[in-house]
Amino acid sequence: MGHPYLPLTDSERRQMEQVIGVRNFTELFQVIPEKIRAKAAFDLPDRTEEEVKRLFRQWAALNTPGSEVVSFLGAGAYEHAIPAAVPFLVNQSQFITAYTPYQPELNQGLLQVFFEFQSLIAELTGMDVANASMYDGPTALAEALLLAYNVTKRKEIILLSGLNPEAAQVVRTYTANLPVEVHSLPVMEEDPQKQLMASVNEQTAAVVIQYPDFYGRLILSRELLSVVKASGALAIVYINDPVCLGLLEPPGSFGADLVVGEAQAFGLPLSFGGPYLGFFTAKKDYLRHLPGRLVGKTTDRDGREGFVLTLQTREQHIRREKATSNICSNQAFCALTATVYLSLLGPSGLQEVALSTVRNSHYLYEQLTRIPAVRGLLPQPFFHEFAIALSRPPADFFRRMREKGFIPGFKITPENGLGQDAYLLYTSELRTKAEMDRFCEEIERCVQ
Amino acid sequence: MRKNAEPVLLKERSVQGRRGYLPPVSDLPSTPGAELIPSFCRRQTPLNLPELSEMEVTRHFIHLAQRSFGVDQGFYPLGSCTMKYNPKLLEELPRLSGFQDLHPLQDESDLQGALAIIDLAEKVFATITGMDAFTLQPAAGAHGELTGLLILKAALKDRGEAHRDLILIPDSAHGTNPASAALAGFQVQKIPSSANGILDPEMLKPFLSPRVAGLMLTNPNTLGLFEENILTITQMIHGIGGQVYYDGANLNAIMGWARPGDMGFDLVHLNLHKTFATPHGGGGPGSGPLGVKVHLAPYLPVPRVVRTEEGFKWDYNAPRSIGKVKGFWGHFAVIIKALAYLLSLGYTGLKQVSTDAVLAANYLQTQLKEDYNLPYDRPCMHEFVLSGLKENPAEIRALDLAKALLDYGVHPPTIYFPLIVSEALMIEPTEAVTLELLDSFVAIMKDLAEKAKTVPETLKEAPYTTPVRRLNETEAARHPVLKW
Repeated sequence: MGHPYLPLTDSERRQMEQVIGVRNFTELFQVIPEKIRAKAAFDLPDRTEEEVKRLFRQWAALNTPGSEVVSFLGAGAYEHAIPAAVPFLVNQSQFITAYTPYQPELNQGLLQVFFEFQSLIAELTGMDVANASMYDGPTALAEALLLAYNVTKRKEIILLSGLNPEAAQVVRTYTANLPVEVHSLPVMEEDPQKQLMASVNEQTAAVVIQYPDFYGRLILSRELLSVVKASGALAIVYINDPVCLGLLEPPGSFGADLVVGEAQAFGLPLSFGGPYLGFFTAKKDYLRHLPGRLVGKTTDRDGREGFVLTLQTREQHIRREKATSNICSNQAFCALTATVYLSLLGPSGLQEVALSTVRNSHYLYEQLTRIPAVRGLLPQPFFHEFAIALSRPPADFFRRMREKGFIPGFKITPENGLGQDAYLLYTSELRTKAEMDRFCEEIERCVQ
Repeated sequence: MRKNAEPVLLKERSVQGRRGYLPPVSDLPSTPGAELIPSFCRRQTPLNLPELSEMEVTRHFIHLAQRSFGVDQGFYPLGSCTMKYNPKLLEELPRLSGFQDLHPLQDESDLQGALAIIDLAEKVFATITGMDAFTLQPAAGAHGELTGLLILKAALKDRGEAHRDLILIPDSAHGTNPASAALAGFQVQKIPSSANGILDPEMLKPFLSPRVAGLMLTNPNTLGLFEENILTITQMIHGIGGQVYYDGANLNAIMGWARPGDMGFDLVHLNLHKTFATPHGGGGPGSGPLGVKVHLAPYLPVPRVVRTEEGFKWDYNAPRSIGKVKGFWGHFAVIIKALAYLLSLGYTGLKQVSTDAVLAANYLQTQLKEDYNLPYDRPCMHEFVLSGLKENPAEIRALDLAKALLDYGVHPPTIYFPLIVSEALMIEPTEAVTLELLDSFVAIMKDLAEKAKTVPETLKEAPYTTPVRRLNETEAARHPVLKW
């Protein structure tokens, strides 16, 4: 058959059969035992490009993307403005269609991108080393905990309240077959330091603290990490929207051992949850325990500077079952996207984005909590996300707000200990005063 | 100006005060600023990011793109990686706003198109592989392996057979197989390949014990040879109560010809970035959906998409599920691309893909074995492994040949893998080739064989035309410089 993805023609196929010395290509498949050779065609017609496009346009039309409504939904995936230059630059054909740069002479460009990515992430987090990326935030955290277990040989992991529930679930899946206990601390309303001091002990391998946490709270401090470190456990900081680091002190300067997280916010579209971008940083003591790819600078035989994949003796293709991780890819294209995003924003841009999100969230919080039926939950200072409770909302609150053109945040499930009608609201820099005012009016109308 | 060959870093291009982007400006009336952040965590450390104009950022990354090499730039016969052409339609579809701007936690009523895509992709994958149920959550092939092995572990615990702690893996397997098995809490037992490059049931027998949880296998294997005894092997493993895992890395050889499900495999992962043409993106994101037979379906990660009278829904009600292996639902944008590829080609096209991939590999093997050692000399499937030059007085290594190929504008084959072949050159042309391209590759390889005899030192010094030449990897590992 003639198809645009199949360059060979029938007459070329005949020529090839002759050179190979078979009468017919089916001879090459005789090696498949008769018993398992497929007998029947399966029902999948081929289609022209236009037909395929039409199908996907129809599916796309069945969705209502957040961009068509006013959305206050964050909870682990964060909408931010994406500069026009980002998609243009990352969608260069060389970047899209290259393989992992195992041949460094041919792929200095990609290797340099990863080196720049590592540099930017290390700078932002205040850490010694960053790898060339992980699948996503939750898997990066799971791998961080495996590292902590391998290094400390201790048997207990503490997840401070306010860890993204998706990340907590992935951690539990990854550690299910290890002799490790995972403790999730309940939502604390009082002093986190007290809560932590009551929980860490000499069997604690690691404590995970999200910054800002899932509820938007800012509880990470030098003092909190010193409690962890005094116990000999690894202090792991999880970051779900690193745009915050434009305004927040980097966890590295508080003494974190590992800082890992999700960097989708750096120029990646929401894309219904993926692909996103995990990052993994560490103090240099843990360098040889890191999972994933690392790019290093070196020189070539003529003395020119260049980049290579390095410290590969940690990795599965060399160490097999003794590798630090089974990971065999990175999120190369997503790491490129984040690198381009950060290059465009620069320090002022990142600070401005972070500041707009914080100003918006505080404005919205103030306006909402003026409504008698709305109560702020959790007293701590927050960043660009916060939790509220509604008293006696109508059963179809969500649907009614949605009909008015709003996604009123993320419904916090009762298992999180915040009651029945708790919502988590996120305000990106894209939200305007008019949208937020209108939202408050609608809520007031809806809950009264 | 610096020489073109010297890398200039973003940081070196930075000039204080340059702007590459102006974010949206808040229209709130004179609201407070950074003091909203409590002083104990407000940034004190200076934020030392590069400052460039949009034009400079553009030139920087376009320059880096020009110093990179993808499938669009030239032949990429990288064995085991299936570097086929990435159709451009696939790039366009995920950028539709209805997909790109969809938040993963929106209400199901907003997501009916996305859930329909997941549902259909699962069904098409199941049809192609002969499996019963699929999860699209795994982020990559190795992640699919981990998911499958965690499922195996959970099923064993359920059956009260937690003592089964051994995974059998052939010596020709990908490194991810043993690494994933170890990560899931299994011990690894290596199985030797027979003299003809495939598993011999007789040689497998001594390893069958009550401790065996399962066997991981690629078929065709990494030598590009079909495991002819596969039915006997899967029956033997099932006979002792084990399960058989199919590493889908080499599915490109058999689509429409045979299905892992019919060979007796219980678990199968796919590499959408190999077989289904989603671009590799410089090393990721991939996507590694996992399929299982019905008896393992209850253990698949949550949530599952189910069809109800009110449309598609997420279903979290799976008490035996291993849980989540990844945030949200998988690499959705990659899944769109793979599905578009499958819908474009259909059954007939997919069978032709495998036919052409096998034809192209045999065409190269037949001609290259004149000058290169072919340790397993029989018709191959979609790839084959050479073992250095036949006439090699100057001891030219696989690495030298790979580096010399760079000067011809060809991405070298995979080298030194599989580990059981010395000086391995693993060649996978894929179906995305023309006859002219294959002939010119044969000519280049013959040219290298000739040079190895006449001017071997030129091969040992190669490459000459690339922006940098052989890099000092030992130095990079001994004194790691991993950031600015």
